Amino acid sequence: MASDQPLVHARRLVKKFGGFTAVDGIDVDVHRGESFGFLGPNGAGKSSTMRMVGCVSPPTSGTLRILGMDPHRDGPAIRARLGVCPQQDNLDQELTVRENLTTYARYFGIARRVARERADALLEFVQLAERATSKVEPLSGGMKRRLTIARALVNEPEIALLDEPTTGLDPQARHLVWERLFRLKQQGVTLVLTTHYMDEAEQLCDRLVVMDGGKIVAEGSPRALIEQHATREVVELRFAGDSQDDYAGKLAGIGERIEVLPDRVLLYVGNGDAALAEVHARALSPVSVLARRSTLEDVFLHLTGRTLVD
Amino acid sequence: MGTVAVLEYHLVGYRRTWRGSALSSFVLPLLTMLGFGVGVGSYVAPIDGVPYLDWMVPGLVASTAVNVAIGDATWPVLGNFQWIKIYFAQGAAPLRVVDIVAGHLAFILFRVLTSATAFLVVAALFGAVPSPWAVLSLPVIVLLGLATAPATMAYSASIKSDSFLALLYRFAVIPMSLFSGVFFPVGSLPAVLRPPAYALPLWHGVDLTRAATLGVAPDWSAAGHLIVLAGWAIAGCLLVLARFRRRLVI
Repeated sequence: MASDQPLVHARRLVKKFGGFTAVDGIDVDVHRGESFGFLGPNGAGKSSTMRMVGCVSPPTSGTLRILGMDPHRDGPAIRARLGVCPQQDNLDQELTVRENLTTYARYFGIARRVARERADALLEFVQLAERATSKVEPLSGGMKRRLTIARALVNEPEIALLDEPTTGLDPQARHLVWERLFRLKQQGVTLVLTTHYMDEAEQLCDRLVVMDGGKIVAEGSPRALIEQHATREVVELRFAGDSQDDYAGKLAGIGERIEVLPDRVLLYVGNGDAALAEVHARALSPVSVLARRSTLEDVFLHLTGRTLVD
Repeated sequence: MGTVAVLEYHLVGYRRTWRGSALSSFVLPLLTMLGFGVGVGSYVAPIDGVPYLDWMVPGLVASTAVNVAIGDATWPVLGNFQWIKIYFAQGAAPLRVVDIVAGHLAFILFRVLTSATAFLVVAALFGAVPSPWAVLSLPVIVLLGLATAPATMAYSASIKSDSFLALLYRFAVIPMSLFSGVFFPVGSLPAVLRPPAYALPLWHGVDLTRAATLGVAPDWSAAGHLIVLAGWAIAGCLLVLARFRRRLVI
């Protein structure tokens, strides 16, 4: 396979379930060594896309090539080179931590001895070595997640597909997963992940697409997307009273753009401090004020008019 | 290849529970021998000149096989889809749907064969297996497992809640166990109740197993029995593959 050929190549990719269109004609290319993200709220079509890329869900229409092969014809051959970490852990709770890895390795035709060696190395990698002989059931959510990731790596995959790798984890557990995924990326594994956390996308993705309603609404690196679709800084203002709407008019002209959310007003500005000075100059007194850098959350809000996590 | 890996996975899980299941495989027939052989048997006249215990043992062997086949094809299959979702994990690996189904089915048949063999061995120790032809009951037991497990797996793959399994037991499994010639000949049933016994797999397995352990000709043509059992097996396999494909490839 030519080295410049994308590992994942989709054109006008569509997935329908009955009358419902989950994925509505997306174009995606993921290149070797890249860390690529699908960012979007629940129901945006991220998981449906991942399942098509994972060759367990046939596309309704469009072109899809994974590792240069056709999922319909070469499903098992492609899956042999993928590592899949699904949104919901599907470990065997009754088996031990190590057995979960060794039995899974056998599905890839890996010899028992090699399977045991890899299991031990991977448990070391995800920091579960001392739990190797423990059952899965009593493990914490973060440990189960790391074990699922280890299981996805048992065949030394070229592409790791991670569907919401840290959803439901506490901050400490998330950072540990991020750190391991970053190490994996440094080892040259191509990462394809979905997330509805903008900080996760910023941490992990070289490049990402923003999905909404089954469509791609923007594409680029996190930095480029922020530069393109948001200002440098954002000032968040909370006013007393029921409606923040009343304040939109009073704030008009400050910064490039104003977004009014149910609980706060966002001012998109080049300089947060200057904007705040202007707010005070207009004798407005918000109950709370926060000046911060723009994030992918702001990009999403600007593109869709909605927030990522409801 | 893939099928063997899936079978291996189920066997690794079984390693944790086999002691308990092996114990019950021997204790259940032991209690049955004592209860029916020493107790009920002494009140029941011989059937076709055969002591009741000897007559009933092959029925219980076949019925045990079906109980294990259906038991292993219900909650575990439903759980692998609905609760622990292990089938989906297998589907993400380079396995085909047929590997996932065949590997699990092979494990169920292994359980069916070992449980039925344990029953036969205990019965033989009590002298309730008069004919050496009894070894022929083992392939019959495997065929009976094939006639019941895949169809049941297909049913379990088509439901989302285990309340449907209670229905299966109440309206299919229990009536079949009672009216398939395990405890009394089907001929002594009212005529209207006989067709279900003839249509369902258990009676065919019971009659063949009984012919083997007693060393006599079956009540019905052996070829006829084999055709009905093979029909259930083939239809069950086609159905279970279709149902699994529908759940795993969406």
